[in-house]
Amino acid sequence: MTELPLLDASGIAKSFGAVRALTDARLTVDRGEIVALMGANGAGKSTFVKILTGALKPDAGQVRIRGAEARVGSPAQARRSGLVPVYQEPSLIPDLDVADNLRLADTPVDPFRAWVSELGIAGLSLSDMIGDLPLATLRILDLARALAAEPDVLLLDEMTAALPTDLVEHVLKVVRAKANDGLGVIYVSHRFTEISELCDRATVLRDGRSVGDLKIEPGVEERAVELMLGQKLALGLRDTAGGAAHRTGTPRLRVRALAAAPKLTDVSFDLYPGEVLGVVALEGQGQDELFEALSGFEPPSDGTIEVDGTPMTFAHPADAIAAGLTFVPGNRAEALLSQRSVRENIALPFSARIASWGPLKLRHERERVGYAIDKLQIDTRAQGEVQRLSGGNQQKVTIGRWIAKGVETLLLFDPTRGIDVRTKRQIYPLVRELAENGAAVLFYTSELEEVPLACDRAVVIFNGRIVDIIDAAAADEATLMRAAHGLTGEDSAA
Amino acid sequence: MSAFVRKHGWTLGLALLLLALTVVTRLIQPTFGVNGFESLARAALPFAFATAGMAVVVIVGGIDLSVASMMAVTGVLAAVLMERMAGVPALVIVLAAGLVMGLINGALIVLTRVPDIVVTLAMLFVWEGTALLILETPGGATADWLEASIRGFFPVEGIPKALLIIGGAIGVVWLPIRRSKLGLSIYATGSDERAAFRSGVAVGRTKIAAYGLCGLFCAMGGLSLAALTGIGEPVPGPYLLASVAAVVLGGVVLGGGKGGLLGPLIAVFILRIIRTILTLMAIDPNVTTIVEGTIMVAVVMLGTWATTRGARR
Repeated sequence: MTELPLLDASGIAKSFGAVRALTDARLTVDRGEIVALMGANGAGKSTFVKILTGALKPDAGQVRIRGAEARVGSPAQARRSGLVPVYQEPSLIPDLDVADNLRLADTPVDPFRAWVSELGIAGLSLSDMIGDLPLATLRILDLARALAAEPDVLLLDEMTAALPTDLVEHVLKVVRAKANDGLGVIYVSHRFTEISELCDRATVLRDGRSVGDLKIEPGVEERAVELMLGQKLALGLRDTAGGAAHRTGTPRLRVRALAAAPKLTDVSFDLYPGEVLGVVALEGQGQDELFEALSGFEPPSDGTIEVDGTPMTFAHPADAIAAGLTFVPGNRAEALLSQRSVRENIALPFSARIASWGPLKLRHERERVGYAIDKLQIDTRAQGEVQRLSGGNQQKVTIGRWIAKGVETLLLFDPTRGIDVRTKRQIYPLVRELAENGAAVLFYTSELEEVPLACDRAVVIFNGRIVDIIDAAAADEATLMRAAHGLTGEDSAA
Repeated sequence: MSAFVRKHGWTLGLALLLLALTVVTRLIQPTFGVNGFESLARAALPFAFATAGMAVVVIVGGIDLSVASMMAVTGVLAAVLMERMAGVPALVIVLAAGLVMGLINGALIVLTRVPDIVVTLAMLFVWEGTALLILETPGGATADWLEASIRGFFPVEGIPKALLIIGGAIGVVWLPIRRSKLGLSIYATGSDERAAFRSGVAVGRTKIAAYGLCGLFCAMGGLSLAALTGIGEPVPGPYLLASVAAVVLGGVVLGGGKGGLLGPLIAVFILRIIRTILTLMAIDPNVTTIVEGTIMVAVVMLGTWATTRGARR
């Protein structure tokens, strides 16, 4: 007779409106087992984590803990069933001190203190305000609080992100030791090195479905990458045979040793006019900080940015804009006037650059705007209000406006997130056209298969630093996936 | 010591400001003594309770625009009931009515997910109508002992009864809650709702409880209104904006999670004493509100500046 698994989630499905985030996710954890949960961006990992921990209710399927159906209607109930999570963002209350945060979750103080020092944090006072503590410390406190609650199953969501190496080692050691005592652990991570060091098994999620269960053994990385990729709907071929970037002369943008808290540690690259430079990175490797630093939202903590050979410091987004750096956020709501027309939205960058307070030069503007609208192939029936357009068409407006206005350096942050394949195919030529007209484009995308379609080269960022520079037109997805997981050529061959 | 100053710096600053303003009042009007203080405290009673209620919902991360209307309902209810029945049962009914009105506000916000500002704006009108249904024109009568209970000094000359009542009500209702799991949950929900949810806090129930507390304090405000005037007044008084002003001045951050009840209560007295000073100086009543507003902006700006400077390492 085999022992019942400690945790058994099966047939989990969840939809958000028309979007099916999960169709059939399953996962089992035995006593003393550490199971990695893996998946590419958009595979449904975070939805699955939320369902397991009770933050979301599934449409179908069930979670059993020790054979009994776990009531996971809320995080509090999941806790009572014996599953305690440590989320990516610490779930500690910034305006309360450490002691009050412990009381809030009914955590015994002495075990908590013991775990904190075991995990390598010294000199913590219970009267410290959470809001005053650095992120790395908070994540450790969150883990210590979870361990002190003596869970049956511990869920760690990207536990080692934003942690310095010495703390990572402490964490791995403690988790391994607890697993040897019978704790079941779900370890959500992108980091193959940690997974192969720590885990016994890996469950791979793709397109909302559990597609495989792998024993951790040498060579498992290859198999995991294959499973994560699967058969994808082809996004089409690149139509222009590459604007054969002319990487000579002064780069438009020269970045050296750029660092920005909390996740970006060391990034250097050159971006030339006429080039689309891809940024390949898994969630949270520092790409957010990179784009924030380049667009002047947050000053970098170290390193230099040169525009056309001139060193720059951006104290304000206006400085970056004045230097010709245009940021298009991934969240289109931040870029558009949703209640105004397509025409006005495209014309906005013209009129925003006010040379005189007189009337706008309408005729000149109308021509360029008309050209851009034709280019965008937007359904004209919905032009009256941008908010009535589909998400994909809205995103086309955020990019298309720069065709009308002309742009020197465009920083595109995940422009195709959550839009349909047909619209995506229309976006790549737009990006290429901008580059052919002389713009330098930095293009971060969470979908690796887009890199060869839109980019000339791609920098790969892993754990805050550039680990590889790839010729994008020739790169296949598996190469990119390996690189994004920090597996360089030599490692995967070994 | 320094941690204490940092944590309660705002409240300490307000207490010093109140002390300074009291001295100024004495300088302008040397006859301002314990009797002046007593009438000041008495007049401040309804403001204090409205502010206490508002402070609780602002700490939980909400706002309640219906405080003045709930005070009107409980005020007329007190006047009508006390005319017909014994005082103590009437008192209990009025307090319960306030609690229930607050719970209804909270439940509507949590269950419908309509923004708090919209729900409580709608309820402002609902409770206003309710007050008029209970008593169409000012009338009714309160028990004599109710009026006597807020007038004068106890136990010694110099300590106004009104001040004791505020202190007592806060001490009996708020302090035990502040120290309980519910109090922590109120601060946690206001500080970071998602983190609170993930820490296992029943966020919805916490919010409903906070609005219930606000209703309870409003009932006390309604009772003190009835006690001050001796009758019930169905038209809401100017307590909504005054309470928001005192809450902000008192160091409770709009958005939630920060501050307490002591600061806002001191702020009520500051705002009242400023009004007294301006009256004593025979300043045009129309200018009075301009001065009050200016002082409020200046104090909040100064305080914010001081605390952010202190927090910067």
